[in-house]
Amino acid sequence: MSDLYTRIATHDLGERVIDLVGLPKPAVLRRHEPGQAPLDGPVLVGGTGELASVARDVLGGVGLDVHHEPADPEDTPRYAGLVFDASDLATSGDLVALHDFFHTLVRRLGASGRIVVLGRPPATSENAAAETAQRSLEGFTRSLGKEMRAGGTVNLVEVAPGAASGLAAPLRFLMSGRSAFVAGQRLTVSAPSTGATPDLVRPHADTVAVVTGAARGIGEAIARTLARDGATVVCVDLPSAGDDLARVANDIGGSALQLDITDEDAGATIVDHVATRHGHADLVVHNAGVTRDKTMAGMDQQRWDMVLAINLTAIESINAVLLDGDVLGAAPRIVCVSSMSGIAGNRGQTNYATSKAGVIGHVAALADDMAAHDGTINAVAPGFIETEMTAQMPVATRQVGRMLNSLSQGGLPIDVAETIGFLGWSDADGINGTTLRVCGQNLLGA
Amino acid sequence: MTDLREAAIVAGNRIPFARSGTAYARASNLDMLTAALDGLVARTGLAGETLGEVAGGAVLKHARDFNLVREAVLASALADDTPAFDIQKACDTSLEATVAVANKIRVGQIDAGIGCGVDTTSDAPVAVNDDLRKVLLQAQAAAGPGDYVKLLGQLRPSQLAPEVPRNEEASTGLSMGEHQAITTAEWNIPRDAQDELALASHQHMAAAWERGFFDDLVTPYLGLARDNNLRPDSSMEKLAGLKPVFGDRDTGTMTAGNSTPLTDGAAAVLLATPEWAADHGLSVLARFVDAESSAVDYVHGHEGLLMAPVYAVPRLLARHGLTLQDFDLYEIHEAFAATVLSTLAAWEDEEFSRERLGLDAPLGAIDRERLNVAGSSLAAGHPFAATGARIVATAAALLAERDDWEHGGRALVSVCAAGGNGLVAIIEK
Repeated sequence: MSDLYTRIATHDLGERVIDLVGLPKPAVLRRHEPGQAPLDGPVLVGGTGELASVARDVLGGVGLDVHHEPADPEDTPRYAGLVFDASDLATSGDLVALHDFFHTLVRRLGASGRIVVLGRPPATSENAAAETAQRSLEGFTRSLGKEMRAGGTVNLVEVAPGAASGLAAPLRFLMSGRSAFVAGQRLTVSAPSTGATPDLVRPHADTVAVVTGAARGIGEAIARTLARDGATVVCVDLPSAGDDLARVANDIGGSALQLDITDEDAGATIVDHVATRHGHADLVVHNAGVTRDKTMAGMDQQRWDMVLAINLTAIESINAVLLDGDVLGAAPRIVCVSSMSGIAGNRGQTNYATSKAGVIGHVAALADDMAAHDGTINAVAPGFIETEMTAQMPVATRQVGRMLNSLSQGGLPIDVAETIGFLGWSDADGINGTTLRVCGQNLLGA
Repeated sequence: MTDLREAAIVAGNRIPFARSGTAYARASNLDMLTAALDGLVARTGLAGETLGEVAGGAVLKHARDFNLVREAVLASALADDTPAFDIQKACDTSLEATVAVANKIRVGQIDAGIGCGVDTTSDAPVAVNDDLRKVLLQAQAAAGPGDYVKLLGQLRPSQLAPEVPRNEEASTGLSMGEHQAITTAEWNIPRDAQDELALASHQHMAAAWERGFFDDLVTPYLGLARDNNLRPDSSMEKLAGLKPVFGDRDTGTMTAGNSTPLTDGAAAVLLATPEWAADHGLSVLARFVDAESSAVDYVHGHEGLLMAPVYAVPRLLARHGLTLQDFDLYEIHEAFAATVLSTLAAWEDEEFSRERLGLDAPLGAIDRERLNVAGSSLAAGHPFAATGARIVATAAALLAERDDWEHGGRALVSVCAAGGNGLVAIIEK
């Protein structure tokens, strides 16, 4: 399912016309299919830091052919992924190692190739020179990301000292088709992982997930993706969306809970449903949300109140009930859906952007509480995602929205769903309180 | 006989009911029943599950729908090896189906099952004229061109008039409303009492919708999220302005406002042993305790068509050593407001109780505050075969809401039906 422009651009004749006038060329992204290898080919892990060996073990552990040194181009012309451990670069002079590694290798990256640079959170550096060098990595990865062709992505993972075991989950995610629309991002692993490595094929096997707004759009994709990966899913949506909700729930063998999340007792109802049916919940995904766009001067209070109540206050209330009760599993995960608007702002969306920025604050604020429950809370911030909502946009606005990122196309609901799934993995517990963008490296708010 | 097991009412689901020819004008009985079953399966998380039995039916039924319920099961998210059968008992259809499932559970034949019903007056079967039908059947046996010519000679233009299902009793030719009008006059039920009952039904149901009571009992269908017969803004003034439609057109008291309209819809209720429910992570709403059916001779004028439940209730009460006042809730199907009021009047009438019911004393009055507290058929509408399942699920969900019932949580269900049939049941928390 790609948009019309992508279909034209990947067609013989269309491609020639688009080349001629110099328009961006979107690639068909390689997305995860159950049973397929994470990547189509060998990966090279370079660099001399301590994270390189961890990365080699992780990637070897998922069945990838991991090279330590660049292979002869005659034998191995293309790499499916490149990982460079820059965590030991301690001066600005050391940064030339990035050039040394990528200068020739970047050309050997195959379609939908993956580049991950490993570093340290700058603030954890031992001295000013090291902090400077580590901070530099973000500029490098963001720029390299914009040079990618054919669906390639570049991301930076900062691993706090002593947190190397927390690298496994994000590395498996970023070095796979699951992260097709995650590009140009910096992700921080702040703690070591104490969770077991999940089943690689069905990473959510034997878990219970709750997804709000599951009747359609991104929420439906989240529910279907989690179920595909083994979760039993409680699908929550408004009573008025009950028919779509029932279809999704029955398709994935989950249950439907018709509920207005802004109801005073919504949290209690969810807790009661989960406790009765499943005993506990391992993953709660706050996806339900609405837009009621108007510029500030024209926005009545009803639009403001409704958006804030659904997109932010309901999440706060339900999480308070969840944290207060005993329905969360042994290593609970909460993932909230924020938005690029919450980061970059958007004309006509003061209410929406306020609520979505609030979500980013909420997950940061609750991180310690969740850690005390041996859990995590994070957010994803989708960029332009092809949904019924974006299909309503004027054609030109829609096409511009798709093009304003390094992948020159809109993402799909499953791209958001895969990212949420990853944050819910049992060994993704090194990531807490963060917001990860799923935007194809959108120019807005980058 | 071995000890009987408990038949727990676990969950209910229906699609919103729609006035004939509106939201479900193009939906078939099979479509609607499948939707009701799928909503129930989704609510209970039972996709792919094999149940012991699904019993149900429709009153207005196409010949092709002889296996309607089994076809709906096959089209639903239930496992395809779930057995199902059709029954038909007019407005008692899905209540009788529920009794059948409850009994199977109680005697140990099955652990879980669904009672359900559906009806459409929008997609009602239209048959060929009886005369034409006979000619067509003879044509199947025709041996040669000569026979066909002979049969052609039998065709008449009048045979083109189709057979449309009619809301009338086969034995009397009177519509249900005309029958009730006779009873209404006999019991001298005043117009304003009927309008008050109708208004209360709309108000109770509107309030129940507002407080989210139906969030766990209804799944939207074809763009309809609430019953479209419901008139939350109805008033005594509006109801008083309506002209009588049954009985005497001048002195009659029964109007479109205090009678149920033709309605499309489907409803289903899941029953199981408490153990099966617990194994499937489902809580028990209430228990289906017992039922009693009855019938009256309305043909020869001895009793009103819709008065059969009046006779069933004292027998059911006697079997359980209960009085009519030993209930926390009364769910009396509102075929017409006057049906409910005639029923209540008969139970209060000494002469009637002595001579017709053979009782020493009348059953007495009920606390009207406990009657149809979430509204009933006057508000929701009445898709004939779906009504019983709607009422059972409503009563069970109401009982499950509270723990402080005076009688521990006990509801009386009473549903009158065409043909002079009646079926009543006891549900307990």
